[in-house]
Amino acid sequence: MLKQIEGSRGVAEAVALSRPEVICAYPISPQTHIVEALSTLVKSGELAPCEFVNVESEFAAMSVAIGASAAGARAYTATASQGLLYMAEPLYNASGLGLPIVMTVANRAIGAPINIWNDHSDSMSQRDSGWIQLYAETNQEALDLHIQAFRIAEELSLPVMVCMDGFVLTHAVERVDVPEQGQVDAFLPPYEPRQVLDPEDPISIGAMVGPDAFTEVRYLAHDKQMQALDLIPAVAADFRAAFGRDSGGLVRPYRCEDAETVVVALGSVLGTIKDTVDELRDEGMSIGVLGLTSFRPFPLDAVRTALGGAQRVVVLERALAVGIGGIVAANVRMALSGISLHGYTVIAGLGGRAITKASLRRLFHEAAADKLEPLTFLDLDRDLVERELQRTRTTRRSGPAAENLLRDLGTRVG
Amino acid sequence: MERVRFYQIGSYAAGNRLLDGELQTVQSDTHRTNSLNSGHRACQGCGEALGARYALDAVMRATGNQMVAVNATGCLEVFSTPYPETAWQVPWLHSLFGNAPAVATGVAAALKAKGRTDVRVVGQGGDGGTVDIGLACLSGMFERNDDVLYICYDNGGYMNTGVQRSGATPHGAATTTTPAVGPQPGNDFGKGKNLPAIAMAHRIPYVATATVADLRDLEYKATRAMKFHGARYLHVLVPCPLGWRTASNETVKIARLATETGIFPVFEAEDGEVVAVSKIRRRLPVADYLQPQGRFAHLFGATPREDVIAKIQAEADRNVRVFGLTDPEVPVHGVVS
Repeated sequence: MLKQIEGSRGVAEAVALSRPEVICAYPISPQTHIVEALSTLVKSGELAPCEFVNVESEFAAMSVAIGASAAGARAYTATASQGLLYMAEPLYNASGLGLPIVMTVANRAIGAPINIWNDHSDSMSQRDSGWIQLYAETNQEALDLHIQAFRIAEELSLPVMVCMDGFVLTHAVERVDVPEQGQVDAFLPPYEPRQVLDPEDPISIGAMVGPDAFTEVRYLAHDKQMQALDLIPAVAADFRAAFGRDSGGLVRPYRCEDAETVVVALGSVLGTIKDTVDELRDEGMSIGVLGLTSFRPFPLDAVRTALGGAQRVVVLERALAVGIGGIVAANVRMALSGISLHGYTVIAGLGGRAITKASLRRLFHEAAADKLEPLTFLDLDRDLVERELQRTRTTRRSGPAAENLLRDLGTRVG
Repeated sequence: MERVRFYQIGSYAAGNRLLDGELQTVQSDTHRTNSLNSGHRACQGCGEALGARYALDAVMRATGNQMVAVNATGCLEVFSTPYPETAWQVPWLHSLFGNAPAVATGVAAALKAKGRTDVRVVGQGGDGGTVDIGLACLSGMFERNDDVLYICYDNGGYMNTGVQRSGATPHGAATTTTPAVGPQPGNDFGKGKNLPAIAMAHRIPYVATATVADLRDLEYKATRAMKFHGARYLHVLVPCPLGWRTASNETVKIARLATETGIFPVFEAEDGEVVAVSKIRRRLPVADYLQPQGRFAHLFGATPREDVIAKIQAEADRNVRVFGLTDPEVPVHGVVS
């Protein structure tokens, strides 16, 4: 059914249609609207049987999900930013135990300085946690990916993180097609766990494993993610057959054929990039886009296939690996090993800074002329940075950098 | 007419068969289950292994074996499940050090959603996992009144990692991070947490303390806890020969001295109010409890620290006064009255 609703509401409805049995919630922006909507669905009896547990932290949220999943329940939670970091320990535990929990990450920056707006620092920091990571481009895809996520998770007995841009998607009201319950039931069978806490068949889960088998346990986790490279496209194909639209999969190439320049990105910024690419194509530039839907597992072969013929690749990412630069770029380069081309890393949109078409046009023109620095910070206010660097050079007690920058901006605006 | 009282210490081995079936000890039943099998790797004389087996066997009997155990990281977890072996005969899940109460909540929520409220959930951990790193999750579980019995096996320190101080380490005790050096040797006074009191402050249905000196009482409390629904807390004193530096055959004796000196009050509370206490029949000075333990040896050296012993005695005196441990007017719990 077509609805004009907020992205968070769409996700909540998709999660509810997936019949979770335990939902745990701890508030953090910009994820809160999702669990608020779910709490109403549970409290009203619309979503039943389902237990909605208001926990005292994100650490507890993931821990409750672990217990619920191990007891055979379909478990869901949502978080963002600092909350994702606070649940880092149980995050690794959930994947290590092979528990198919599904979680929404409403992508948001990580402090300090505290910042509630969108970037991918949070989920990127947990890229090696053993969770599958899928990134939504639109609200429709966010909604669809959740339904697919439960199937992928339960098929592999691995947790799945569905990442959607905080505010940009979670708080945007747009038209989405919400499936019918019967359609979802046909697509997503009831959860049949591979391991379950059952008094009739008592097992121990979570034993201590020493050097004798630890490598093998970790290898199996990797092997399951390699299996996901086949399963994710298969589930997307099934989804297309059942619901009649493309959502999910590993990668999403757009006008990549014969493109000399290919831009690689994840999430909602792909929309702006595609619009810009359309304009530049009209103007004669040979440029395309590769959207990554699956970041873990990282689709090395699909990326290599899509980028192998390009002359240059621009990886635009909303996260920064301080001390080296790109996170996505490093993975893309792994896919391109042995292929000689120009590679550029662009750090953009940190802490909610808008990525505008004007900036992208300028950026892609510079890239096409190979005038781009290997590591570029899009729209960086270099004068502002230089003034702060000058302060730190001349004053020992120069004070907190963030406050200095704001004061500097304020005086100049005033 | 004078009221006659029968006292029996320890196992009830002799009088057990004279009791009603429900009052007979779990361990005396030839058909009893074994929640924690032999073959695990606990130290000789481990109080925690003893306490855990008695407590969980009692829960198994109370639930007709319909139970799930969730374990915090710690000695109990490590010695019971060295991969690929397990000593547990109940469905058992270990996740992390600080999240056992929340994981137990998750199991209980799943069982409720599946309509399996007949299956009951026990969370368990040592004092480090309970009073320190797990306290937030435990408080959350209490506050939501989730249907979980949480059992803390308190040996007063991080014994698994090599005897470091925890929030439950007694005042004056030497650990590897509160060494017996300097003018105030051992653990600082004025610090530490009283978790049974914290649990009671949550007004949960049932809070009780027990020791491995009175295993009948421990069974009784684990059994009684299962008669309640909602959050329940059982705090069990379990001497640790390694950390307390006691002989492995003295575990039960040391635990008994903890109660007979008033160091460790044994009581039950319902909805935040004490309803029964275990009386001290023959009260002993705290020095009798402290002196056999290597962790307090610095108090009894060439220059005995009478001042420190007096402060510990004052704490025991307070317990006796607050809980009425020797007061005939305060009700006595259990079958022994």
